[in-house]
Amino acid sequence: MTRRADILIGGGLLLAMVLLALLAPYLLKGDPRALSPGSRLLAPSALHWFGTDQLGRDLFARVLYGARISLFVGFSVALLSSLLGTFVGMVSASDRRLDAVVMRVMDGVMSIPAILLAIALMAVTGGSVLNVIVAVTIVEIPRVARLIRGIVLSLREQPYVEAAIAAGTSRPMIMVRHLLPGITAPLIVQATFVWATAMILEAALSFIGAGTPPTTPSWGNILADARSLWQIRPTLVFFPGVFLFITLLAVNMLGDGLRDLLDPRHAPEGAT
Amino acid sequence: MLSYTIRRLLMAIPVMGIVALIVFSLLYLTPGDPAMVLAGDQASPEQIEKIRASLGLDQAPHVRFVAWLWQMANGDLGTSIFSGEPVTHMIEQRLEPTFSLLALSVVLSISVGVPFGVAAAARRGGWTDRALTYFTTLGFSLPAFIAGYALAFIFATTLRWLPVQGFVPLSEGVQPWLRNLILPAVTLSLVYAAIIGRVTRASMLEVLSEDYIRTARAKGVAPWRILFRHALQNAAIPVITVIGIGIATLIGSAVITENVFAIPGVGRLTVDAILHRDYPIIQGVVLLLSAGYVLVNIAVDLCYTLLDPRIRY
Repeated sequence: MTRRADILIGGGLLLAMVLLALLAPYLLKGDPRALSPGSRLLAPSALHWFGTDQLGRDLFARVLYGARISLFVGFSVALLSSLLGTFVGMVSASDRRLDAVVMRVMDGVMSIPAILLAIALMAVTGGSVLNVIVAVTIVEIPRVARLIRGIVLSLREQPYVEAAIAAGTSRPMIMVRHLLPGITAPLIVQATFVWATAMILEAALSFIGAGTPPTTPSWGNILADARSLWQIRPTLVFFPGVFLFITLLAVNMLGDGLRDLLDPRHAPEGAT
Repeated sequence: MLSYTIRRLLMAIPVMGIVALIVFSLLYLTPGDPAMVLAGDQASPEQIEKIRASLGLDQAPHVRFVAWLWQMANGDLGTSIFSGEPVTHMIEQRLEPTFSLLALSVVLSISVGVPFGVAAAARRGGWTDRALTYFTTLGFSLPAFIAGYALAFIFATTLRWLPVQGFVPLSEGVQPWLRNLILPAVTLSLVYAAIIGRVTRASMLEVLSEDYIRTARAKGVAPWRILFRHALQNAAIPVITVIGIGIATLIGSAVITENVFAIPGVGRLTVDAILHRDYPIIQGVVLLLSAGYVLVNIAVDLCYTLLDPRIRY
């Protein structure tokens, strides 16, 4: 597949998903939390497109509202960890002694498998959407910081940066005017992959009971509710699973396409 | 080699120290009173005090850290708040299923990922190469727990070839052990094999463009021999590296996937601990699995010297 097709298909799918999520309250008459004990575990029908869960809640409504949480968490984490990671990476690259300390701490954070660090953070803060965003952002910061630090260190050796230093440009000015533009492209690519990882982590955390509160209709929570019932009513896993898969596919395709477009080292290979 | 091994192991100590410091600080970084958060909404003041004392939150942080670190270094991971049992013992009981699952997944992923990557690089742009691209995209977009449900639905509930859930220890026979683990291991291998395949392909493509490969071709060495003898050995270092780094993702996915297949391992223990807000267990699991990850990567570093005699430390 060409990179243009990747960006178009990925971006289009993602846009469709965002629209579905944003328009959920207008598309749906039902409340994703409304209980209906009389219609539990129904199969998909004209009334309930995706069927109902064990409390009689409409699965279509829950899956659409789940898209809001998943996309919101993914976007927030991508944005926050990009900003904070860039800050940490640039500061670290600017001073050798500071660099040694900061990078050891980042190594330490990265020595803890991502999901486990997120679980530990969630265990001490308690379940809420905000805490999930904070926990996953903390997990992702070192990955961004290392990337930015590496780029800044190599850019600093470039003649045009040396020229700026020789001309007496102030340090903050060099960072903003001369280094920041070189970071933008790889940062955007990294942010799309952080976005995908954040959505997986959110769903995984909620699935094991360490994410969004159980009452929130998030994909991970829908899957967690289905844990003992999926053999009776497989649609309970199928629909949130397919939605998560499509959203991740969209973000990953967009990221792959952008990487090939923005990073010339990857471009000539065609199929990566 | 021996002196390097020792030096490399010593280098892991500061890393583990930082990991321990992070895990330890979490309790103090939380907004509000961690003892109250862990005790839950319905806890009595006595219960909160009990938790505070058992976590050492009544002592000064730095005093507590030194004592705690000494305790951890001696293999004592503390006591569970909920059951009162030693955490070390509780984790020990759950290690076999998790370790079996991880080992099988690593073997499976390498034996699928490496040949797949080699084949893709051998005929660049061919159908194997395209298949690998689709496989990687699929692997990265399908979280393990969802893939697990899909596989269980197809091979267990519909075709009835394999058990849906559960675990049988190896001591009760290889076949039942394998039958229960094959689906979860395939689930975990989807991402891991995809990562390995992708890196193998990229690394092989680089090596295959070298002069000595052209020379080997020119003197008529069999194509498979060029790929697996001449090229793969020299392409191996990035592959081994990614196998080591990927273990972190694998461990994380295993913790989640155990819950899909009801495997009574460390992942299930973690979920029960989350349910009971049993922080010492979570702390113990995080420390132990991170240590495992750090050790695997030391082993990876040591492999470099075996693979490439030019690398000397």
